[in-house]
Amino acid sequence: MSCELYRMHLNDEERAMLAGEYGEPRRRALELQVRIGRVFDAPDFVEVSQAHVMADTESLGEAGVEYLESLASHDEAERRVRVPTITDPRGIDFCAYRRLGQKDEWAVLERRAIDAMRALGILMTDTCINYQTVSPPVFGEHAAFGDTGVVIYANSVCGARSNFEGGPAAVSAGLTGRTPRYGCHLDRHRRGTHLFEAGTRPETLNDWGALGAIVGRAVNSYWHVPVLAGIDGAPTSDELKHFGAALASYGSVPMFHMIGVTPEALDPDNVFDARPERARRIGRGDLDDFHRSFGRHEDGVDVVVFAAPQLSLAELQRLGDLLRGRRVHPDTAMLIATSPENKAACDRMGFTAVFEDAGALLLQGVCFYQMRARELGEANGWRRLLTNSAKLVNIIQGYGYDPVIASMETCVDAAVRGRY
Amino acid sequence: MGTGNRSGREFRGHAGIGERVSGVALVARDDFSARYDLDRIRGIFSRPAHALHGESYVGRVLVLNTAKGGVATAWMLHEMCSRGMAPAALLLNRANPIMVQGAAFAGLPFIDRFEVDVTRSLHTGETVRVFPSEGLVRVESSAGPEAADR
Repeated sequence: MSCELYRMHLNDEERAMLAGEYGEPRRRALELQVRIGRVFDAPDFVEVSQAHVMADTESLGEAGVEYLESLASHDEAERRVRVPTITDPRGIDFCAYRRLGQKDEWAVLERRAIDAMRALGILMTDTCINYQTVSPPVFGEHAAFGDTGVVIYANSVCGARSNFEGGPAAVSAGLTGRTPRYGCHLDRHRRGTHLFEAGTRPETLNDWGALGAIVGRAVNSYWHVPVLAGIDGAPTSDELKHFGAALASYGSVPMFHMIGVTPEALDPDNVFDARPERARRIGRGDLDDFHRSFGRHEDGVDVVVFAAPQLSLAELQRLGDLLRGRRVHPDTAMLIATSPENKAACDRMGFTAVFEDAGALLLQGVCFYQMRARELGEANGWRRLLTNSAKLVNIIQGYGYDPVIASMETCVDAAVRGRY
Repeated sequence: MGTGNRSGREFRGHAGIGERVSGVALVARDDFSARYDLDRIRGIFSRPAHALHGESYVGRVLVLNTAKGGVATAWMLHEMCSRGMAPAALLLNRANPIMVQGAAFAGLPFIDRFEVDVTRSLHTGETVRVFPSEGLVRVESSAGPEAADR
């Protein structure tokens, strides 16, 4: 061990962990965390109350699965996570993967990853909306969340404190019960830096996503905190979800303030250390320009996707209302992604039957872009994609799709007509 | 180019991650995400709008502006290294936690927070040596006349 590693202050327990006294998995985890903490000049560690792991097998690959299996091969006392640790969406819905043309070998890899994480005591929640469905974060709570949409919602809407913790870092936080103290754990990284003014209140979820995308593009830094003024009255959880997810996706931004709405921006005079002289105004025309920039699919739509983030129960109900008694065009597919808990609720409340009668496929525990989207598109002949998610249209271009964004209502109408 | 193209130039950033390495620079004033931008099987930039679209990054010292997007890169750099399909090193003006976590997990040489705009100071085709623990990059030989940054 290099003595340089000890520039970060470690307490007695952390030193013992690094010396291997709590077993090899915790030693490896803390060593990785120290290496990360040093790059950010973290003075010490902060204890976390929960962790959330992004570990889809497209990202993990064989090498990542072997890493999890190597941790899982140790004695139970050494390998069990110390704090409740949950998972982000996975790459395979075992009930639907064959129908989607996903390969059996991917399902085998997925199963191995799941078995390894279960052996570590990780709870397979498979969701990116844990703040709506599992345990909403609490003001001031330090956590290690592993999905950008979760992190930005937790920091901004709940006032909890988390950095983007990628899979290896989040697994490590679960094992050690702590994370290096840097970034969003520190007050100074939570102060507003850029001011925006909403000249219009977004109407639809895709409008909220567009607003987040525009702010994200303008800020484009993890180390800046945009502040949005001009939103009169609290948005819904789903509206903030789409706004935050797009902001994090387009700008890699982990936190925002919304004056009069989010808990660290209730007092408009105490949001900035140095208030910007001017606000950038974002109006209705800017939201429309954002949508128009993706064009339309007048010659046909291959796939309509509702995902990124997974849908809440309220979104699923609304989608069911729009689809009831209608039929998706035979040349168009419709995929809907949600958490396993919401899927069970849809089964119980009759929404799943509505989706199936309409020819749509309700997927659980996955998200579209985490399902090996390139191969999924090739297997099903999907290129022309339509969605109401501003986050998805950003991500999916690198996977060979031509994405277009519209409202949920317009997406459903287009799915029925087969074009937009 | 205000910084010139001569060899021997040195640029300092924050102490980074990984072992010393040499390689040929691939430089653009664009951002980076392994999930958003790459075809990792073929080892090329696949996002049509990326400044390096169509370019192979394998074995190159990849020099870009900042990290963008989500968390997947933290696993993906490790996966790319395991197949020998990774860059030789990653140099950014400013990283987010995901890039640092990914480089640390993969053991991929990495530096950020340079005193200069590293995407302006290094040029595609130059051979550079990267000293991560010192936060130092040295240009060993200049680019040929055909090299051009994006």
